[in-house]
Amino acid sequence: MEVELRGITKRFGPVVANQDVNLTIRPGEVLGLLGENGAGKSTLMNVLCGLYRPDAGEILIDGAPVSFSGPGDAIAAGIGMVHQHFMLVPVFTVAENVVLGVEPTGRFDHLDLETARRKVREIGEAYGLTADPDALVEGLPVGVQQRVEIIKVLFRSANVLILDEPTAVLTPQEVSDFFEIVTSLRDSGKAIVFITHKLNEILDISDRISVLRGGRIIGEGDPRQMTKAQLAEMMVGRPVRFDVEKTSFAPGEALLEVDGLTVLRDNGELAVDNVSLSVRSGEVVGLAGVQGNGQSALIEAITGLSRPAQGRIRFLGEDITAASVRSRHRMGMAHIPEDRQHVGLIPGFTVAENMVLDSYYDDRFSRGPQVRWTNVQEWSAGAILDFDIRTPSVFAEAGHLSGGNQQKLIVARELARDTKFVVAAQPTRGLDVGSIEYIHARLMAARAEGDGVLLMSSELDEILALADRILVMFKGRIVAEFHTSEAPPEKSEIGLAMAGVAA
Amino acid sequence: MSMQDTLDTASRKLLERAAPGRVDFENLVVVPLFAVVAALILGALTMLATSVEPATIGRSYLALLQGSVGSLAAISETLTAAAPLILAGLGLALGFRAGLFNIGAEGQILMGGMAAVICGFSFSHLPFAVLMPLCVISGGAAGAFYASIAGWLRAATGAHEVITTIMLNMISYRLVDYMLRLPWVQRPGRADPISQSVPPNAELPALLQWLDPNLRLHAGIFLTLLAVVVVYWLLFRTKLGFEFRASGASPEAARYAGMRASLIIVLAMATAGMLAGLAGANQVLGVLGRASPGFSAGIGFDAIAVALLGRSHPVGVLFAGLLFGALEAGGRQMQVDAGVSIDLIGIIQALIIVFIAAPLLVRALFPWGFRRPDSGDGRS
Repeated sequence: MEVELRGITKRFGPVVANQDVNLTIRPGEVLGLLGENGAGKSTLMNVLCGLYRPDAGEILIDGAPVSFSGPGDAIAAGIGMVHQHFMLVPVFTVAENVVLGVEPTGRFDHLDLETARRKVREIGEAYGLTADPDALVEGLPVGVQQRVEIIKVLFRSANVLILDEPTAVLTPQEVSDFFEIVTSLRDSGKAIVFITHKLNEILDISDRISVLRGGRIIGEGDPRQMTKAQLAEMMVGRPVRFDVEKTSFAPGEALLEVDGLTVLRDNGELAVDNVSLSVRSGEVVGLAGVQGNGQSALIEAITGLSRPAQGRIRFLGEDITAASVRSRHRMGMAHIPEDRQHVGLIPGFTVAENMVLDSYYDDRFSRGPQVRWTNVQEWSAGAILDFDIRTPSVFAEAGHLSGGNQQKLIVARELARDTKFVVAAQPTRGLDVGSIEYIHARLMAARAEGDGVLLMSSELDEILALADRILVMFKGRIVAEFHTSEAPPEKSEIGLAMAGVAA
Repeated sequence: MSMQDTLDTASRKLLERAAPGRVDFENLVVVPLFAVVAALILGALTMLATSVEPATIGRSYLALLQGSVGSLAAISETLTAAAPLILAGLGLALGFRAGLFNIGAEGQILMGGMAAVICGFSFSHLPFAVLMPLCVISGGAAGAFYASIAGWLRAATGAHEVITTIMLNMISYRLVDYMLRLPWVQRPGRADPISQSVPPNAELPALLQWLDPNLRLHAGIFLTLLAVVVVYWLLFRTKLGFEFRASGASPEAARYAGMRASLIIVLAMATAGMLAGLAGANQVLGVLGRASPGFSAGIGFDAIAVALLGRSHPVGVLFAGLLFGALEAGGRQMQVDAGVSIDLIGIIQALIIVFIAAPLLVRALFPWGFRRPDSGDGRS
């Protein structure tokens, strides 16, 4: 089944999300769709799977024009989408989830789960998508849950599969398993659209690449003849540097010393189990691990958001185990939090208000009980220009900025003062290459000034590019340590440690 | 142009305030306006459905207008009724901004009023310049203390303020009844629960009695206007106000920013209670001259509506309070002139809130009042 999008234009009020887009999706082929956040990838795919109606243009299946009035029509036509955020019922089994909405029924509307189980097994065998039909979804690893999503789409006899940022949630090992599945789907004649902003992956898996920028197709090509740099330039519209510029490694004295730290979750479970680590001045320590292995809890304890059950934290030689968030901030600790939408910013507040969220009490910005908003606004304007934050004004609501600009706002707020230590949690998650490049450069500048940096990231590439030392966390413990200054460690070794396999 | 000039121009551009957008205008002005109109129409339909003559309906709305703004006496009544609503409404609005849904204004008004009355007759020997401010302050302090109980419970134990403030309301009703029978509070020679009178040197002075002794407008209106300005300043110009707003908008972000959540909850509740307590003091010192059971008369609940209608903004609360004051004063005239029960006013007030809470309904009813919405949210 060949699907052609011809001259698709989609407007939201004055905003043009897609402009005259032509795209052909062929059976037995993986089409890589590359683009920054906001380039119009999701809009285009939502048009294809029937969620939006295009303002102009048409969709052709095997040469015949079709019109979808809802997602049901697209599914009936054989187009299935695997969303970035899974749409599964956690307390249902795999088989129950797969048949949800199109349940095979017997007499008197009897739910025929046996057929469902058989179908799940059949699909699994055909494409290497192994999943136990009777397992509860909530107990499955993320990688398997994703397989269930794909089985769901295949169960509805999809011939075109749209995979929206499918690797964002996977470990490196799971990614290579996932690529095998994609390959076997392709070889069996399915048409695949692979949406991503990760350049390595798109070069690895695609047979053809289309790049979207500003709602238009900017370029198409054969991955065998394209380089990362070319793709990035197409995507962003200017040359992008990939090699992070790093000054030579010259660590100073230890800034942060964590000793025997144990942190419990709210339900009393062990989140961090007797962890000790230190970060020196001028050193970037990367904290790698699959999400949910205690990295977030460790960072909350270091930044003062939670109290550890046991252990000591020393910062600049002082014991700060019981110190408040604010006193740590005053001592020169900066924190770029993991959840920028809910923790790092207040979306309904203005850019200027967000710029001083944790420093409004400072003498620069207040006098007596009053905040000196004029000073705040002027300083914010300066920081906006310094950190290249795209906003129409300091009075704009932070929630209206793009993800990359929101993150730059947080980075600006945290780094535009005299810091000594930076805690950066997932600083570039979900951002486009342009913003990533910029934020990496800022972190490296902090390192060059002698700051210690604790970088938590689930992107192994990011950690490998920035960190001088890598700590791998698994089930609340640090299970491996790698030094990058001598010889760069093998990605697969780190990946194995992340999966809990002892090195 | 040099590099420096370019930077200056860019930063000047960033500091320009955009003109308020059409959407803001619609949300802040057009929706409330149409909500009032829709409520009045539905009020008329209610009367029609209950066999009130169309002519009477016309007369009653005319009376509503005359009784609220039709004469000096009407305006005096409107302002007198609006003052406590605005004061208590400001407190609730401040609480909403801080993420606290305080239902307890009624109890805080009672506590503030009792404190002001007791202060008044206990220190009646003091001169006016000392006694009146002292009574006002003790009213505010009692309200603040009473509300901070709920704040402390929330901060220390996580007990939700909706529950605790409702319960504190219950306690306050009975506490007032009980106190009104205490020998040192009860008016001598009376068997019913009623307090001693507030002495003249503790009263908020009447402002217009030199024109006509029936004009009830008193100095509490200045207290009210001052409160509007102070609350605006507190919320939008001070560090504490920034902390209130940040905690209300995102408790997680406030915690991340190093704000002390527990302290902020207690302070926000105390400030809200102080304003409600002032409303209570305003009533006993300016209008009632004594305390009797249930003298709060539901002001604390109407004030919730005022705060919501005013979009939790001090200036909005001022206008919403004036509107409710006008409905109150005009409703009494309506009852006298057209014989329509003042209960209808309660219905209209409630309808206004329903329409405010459902802006989409207002937009659907009056499509010509709004710009056509765009076909999507513009994000991909």
